[in-house]
Amino acid sequence: MSSKIRDVVLESGIQVKPVYNPEDVDPKNEIGQPGEFPFTRGIHPYMYRQRPFTMRQYAGFGAPHETNQRFKFLIENGQNALNVAFDLPTQMGLDSSDPLAEGEVGRVGMAVDTLADMEVAFTGIPLDQISVSLTINAVAAPIMAMYFVVAEKQGIPLAEVRGTAQNDILKEYIGRGAWIFPVEPAVRLIGDTIEFCASHAPKYYPVSVCGYHIRESGANPVQEIAYAYAIAKEYIKRGLGRGLGVDDFAGQISFNLDIFGNFFEQIAKFRAARRLWARIIRDEFGAKNPNTMMMKMIAGGGGGGLTIEQPENNIVRGAYYALISALSGTQTMALCSYDEAYTIPTEKAALISLRTMQMLIEEMGVGDTVDPLAGSYYVESLTNEIEARIVTEMKRVEDEWGGIVKAVSEGIVQGEVAHQAFAYEKGIQDGSIPKVGVNRYRMEEEKRDVALHTYNPDQAEDAIRRTAEVIARRDSSAVKAALEKVRAAAGSDQNLMPSLMEAVRAYATLGEITGVMKDVFGKFPEPVNL
Amino acid sequence: MTTKAIRILIAKPGLDGHDRGAKVVALALRNAGFEVIYTGLHQTVEQIFDTALQEDVDVIGLSILSGAHLPIAEKLMAKLKHTDMNDKIVLIGGNIPERDIPSLKAIGVLGVFPTGSSFDEITAFIQTCMADK
Repeated sequence: MSSKIRDVVLESGIQVKPVYNPEDVDPKNEIGQPGEFPFTRGIHPYMYRQRPFTMRQYAGFGAPHETNQRFKFLIENGQNALNVAFDLPTQMGLDSSDPLAEGEVGRVGMAVDTLADMEVAFTGIPLDQISVSLTINAVAAPIMAMYFVVAEKQGIPLAEVRGTAQNDILKEYIGRGAWIFPVEPAVRLIGDTIEFCASHAPKYYPVSVCGYHIRESGANPVQEIAYAYAIAKEYIKRGLGRGLGVDDFAGQISFNLDIFGNFFEQIAKFRAARRLWARIIRDEFGAKNPNTMMMKMIAGGGGGGLTIEQPENNIVRGAYYALISALSGTQTMALCSYDEAYTIPTEKAALISLRTMQMLIEEMGVGDTVDPLAGSYYVESLTNEIEARIVTEMKRVEDEWGGIVKAVSEGIVQGEVAHQAFAYEKGIQDGSIPKVGVNRYRMEEEKRDVALHTYNPDQAEDAIRRTAEVIARRDSSAVKAALEKVRAAAGSDQNLMPSLMEAVRAYATLGEITGVMKDVFGKFPEPVNL
Repeated sequence: MTTKAIRILIAKPGLDGHDRGAKVVALALRNAGFEVIYTGLHQTVEQIFDTALQEDVDVIGLSILSGAHLPIAEKLMAKLKHTDMNDKIVLIGGNIPERDIPSLKAIGVLGVFPTGSSFDEITAFIQTCMADK
């Protein structure tokens, strides 16, 4: 008796054959050696044999001193890199006392009004040893200015400061939505940070381009990489526009990519993405330094794959995501916590994620040899196919939509991603996209209520009081003068970073600084394109 | 039997920018034959109220994931009550804990659709509410 062979079509639209053979792998598409162009197999010759992937977990609590405590806990537990979450008012450049901030201060992350808050958060954290990632975009420039001034006060020269800022505003317009200014001045700010870091803080990664949020907003894996690369190319063009050489800065632009979905499609996505980036940087931008051609990434086990149903299953999903990440040769891994579909990750859940990553490397031997799936007919064939599809989608952005800045300004990408999200959601609801525990093997279970970031009004009061004290102590004429310099720089083609550093050093508030920039730049008129 | 399409405003109040749910529901409702207007992000309650008035909608659907659903709903319901817009059907979707649903209903929110609610459920609910009007 024979039964029908299932059809398999991946999210990227690729038809999967039941069996792959040598002839499925185009020999022209070479994978090369690890650590060598085109870096399909990894950017380092010995990968995890030499250094395990960096393990980074997201942290950030309402008050700067709590954030500081959590950082110290994570470092004591073997974590060597930190991610900082900021509350929504901070992300939108509003002070804790702003009426629009009401009800949101300290809710989803740390509230930062002035340099004083950053000084507290990073007390005892050596910013030349621990790599801190700041999840901030629209106001990345002033927050980076604060970070640099904190380092300066710790006695660390700018040239030694490590860390990453997310600082990818174009993806904010596509997903996540924490934008303030119109697209053009917002992208110019990114050019300013790139230029400043290239000249003064060369170890700092000024931009982390986020395919992650694009995917979490509904894009398929091919679109995730295609739009992220279109965005990254735009930032590189801005850096070149400042007179920098591509090898002077493009190697410091990193990527934050998402993991969930089909196991092999995800692995192939990362391998394809690495090879394509190397080709773009070498062939389109003429880079000479191999370091510039290496696609450096943090891969995050995506919250989008987790379910509120049977939440313990998410521990297993997380382990698969981590395995995908390790088999893909990522440098930094941030794993979602199993409970994050319904609550703020507990310390226990965050620790399980950390242990999951440690087990892969230390118990399972996943890092014992580089790119262990290399040469698999299926994986290599998928890698080739996905790379070709990313190229096609990038051409669409360029040729049909007039480039990423225009496509984002007019809401074209946003519309595309929303339609994709709708199709996916329909597939989950009608069961055509299988999701265990949701539309397969559903069980009667105790109803799990969602817990939200609780709002503690005392925290807002504390933040407002702290800032009021800072304002009472500061030299107000110095603040005024510094803010006028920010205004002048914003209205000219001067780099804003020096004036921003002067303003934060004088303890100008984030709201004051953003207010001045809003005066000059205006606000983004959101195109609603559904 | 009326042929006039039901008009729905999907709104994103507050600072939170996660609009996947709002857009997906807007598309689903449009597919179901409703006329849908989406406000875009970062709307104040006043802006949502004004848009609802200008667009003469039958239904206002708020999408809230930040946790601030209670104060936002209270503000909007109070504003609607003090005008001749108190016949609007108000719905809320997003990250809404079960325990908050009675409080939302008590202030006049007719339907609450936490993350994961099906399109059919939302569509049927709106049709029933409109038929009862």
